[in-house]
Amino acid sequence: MAAMVEIEDIRKVYDGGFEALSGVTLDIEEGEILALLGPNGAGKTTLISTICGITLASSGAIRVGGHDVVTDYRAARGLIGLVPQEVNLEPFEKVRNTVKFSRGLFGKPADDAYIEQILRRLSLWDKRDAAIRELSGGMKRRVLIAKALSHAPRVLFLDEPTAGVDVELRRDMWEIVAGLKEDGVTIILTTHYIEEAEAIADRVGVINKGRLLLVERKDALMARMGQKRLRIDLQEPISEIPAALSDYDLTLTEDGGALVYAYDTNAERTGIATLMTEMSRAGLVLRDIQTSQNSLEDIFVGLVHTGEDAA
Amino acid sequence: MNWQAVKAIYFFEMARFFRTLTQSFVSPVISTSLYFVVFGAAIGSRIQEVEGISYGAFIVPGLIMLSVITQAISNASFGIYFPKFIGTIYELLSAPINFLEIVLGYVGAAATKALFIGLVILATAAFFVDLSIQHPVAMIAFMVLTCLSFALLGFIIGIWAGNFEQLQLVPLLVVTPLVFLGGSFYSISMLPPVWQTITLFNPVVYLISGFRWAFFGMADVPVGLSLLAIFGFTMACIGVIWWIFRTGWRIRN
Repeated sequence: MAAMVEIEDIRKVYDGGFEALSGVTLDIEEGEILALLGPNGAGKTTLISTICGITLASSGAIRVGGHDVVTDYRAARGLIGLVPQEVNLEPFEKVRNTVKFSRGLFGKPADDAYIEQILRRLSLWDKRDAAIRELSGGMKRRVLIAKALSHAPRVLFLDEPTAGVDVELRRDMWEIVAGLKEDGVTIILTTHYIEEAEAIADRVGVINKGRLLLVERKDALMARMGQKRLRIDLQEPISEIPAALSDYDLTLTEDGGALVYAYDTNAERTGIATLMTEMSRAGLVLRDIQTSQNSLEDIFVGLVHTGEDAA
Repeated sequence: MNWQAVKAIYFFEMARFFRTLTQSFVSPVISTSLYFVVFGAAIGSRIQEVEGISYGAFIVPGLIMLSVITQAISNASFGIYFPKFIGTIYELLSAPINFLEIVLGYVGAAATKALFIGLVILATAAFFVDLSIQHPVAMIAFMVLTCLSFALLGFIIGIWAGNFEQLQLVPLLVVTPLVFLGGSFYSISMLPPVWQTITLFNPVVYLISGFRWAFFGMADVPVGLSLLAIFGFTMACIGVIWWIFRTGWRIRN
């Protein structure tokens, strides 16, 4: 089955010569939640804007549900709901009217029951006749989501849905996203909170300087994250790892002053206790020990830095 | 065609109009009444009839045109500029609609509002002066065409404007002088010969002249020429909008 969103070698060069996207290729499967992770200015919003028709790509092709977003834009955009990063709303408009307006723009006939269902789901029903400017920041964000959902899209883009949002509201937002996934909606969200990607994404893509550096299933990334390293500094440097310790996954640092032991925190036995016993039997004296963990953040920072060095 | 979207934009814009009904309705009535008090009663009492028509009645077509043109431009330019200003334009750009549908929605709503105000002024004027309209169908047709063409111009201004000053610039510096100098309050034949010729370069002259013909059966320039002028102006606006549509100028980068 073809992917829900197919992005083929998309490049975007702005008039000033700035290249916001340098050839991004990505397939997004139906029903998955993909988190696009990247620092500010990485090209996340440009990518979303290009898919949704707000920005024109300099080259490359994008299809949504098999429809090209330029030549067959009506069919493609009809499938898409977009929640923008900025809270852009008409301040004097009533909540319900602005959501109805969005539905109309997408060519759907009025459906009050459906609008009610969306507003209730987003806890906005009580505020349906309030003017937008009377709402709190969190509610305004929910209005943006309600507008995006008003025409029952198959693909939902959330651009930084939780930027500047308090912890409680962030959890609410995650629950809403999880509920939409259950309905089979494909969700692409951008974020610079790694925690957010960990909490809700099926796959994580890392983007920086207009390049997609990695796309991987979150559990695969988490498995890498489960790896811990134990660094054992030795009193006396050694030239090679003693044969007695060959059963352990050890590496010797270049100066021979420390051993690094990689182990899985999720395993039943870490083997640290026996390693210590074996080491003292082999006559090695410890000076210091420290552990460190691979986090998504490490992977992220590593990738972003490598990308910068290459650039 | 995505008629649902045209309808959605049209009624969304009309809702804004009805929300500010006092402003939309009361202010043209008051300003028209003031014009009648000043020009009709105070000055008009000292002016002889103009080409056989009492001065108070003579200025009615010009007054209506003045408001209709101003309103059509300001409503259409604000209608499309406001979403750009507050950022809700993203929704128009990402919806399955084309530029024609956007134009129909915004220009249609702006023209409707201007037409409504034109009719309100006409009704107000009927309180002050005796009005007999010789060609009612032509009068309505002229008014509708003027509403549409200047709403198109307003739409272009709204797309072009980068800030609120620019939004006011064209109406204030170009349109208002042209309308005032276009024979709203006088007949061109009252001007010295040199100015009579210069005035013929003002497109608004043709509009007001044609409109006045619909009321009183008399005009400064032939009615055919008036029709041609408004038709040409509408075509020019459509041409510019078509170009904007093709290039995405000032909307899509």
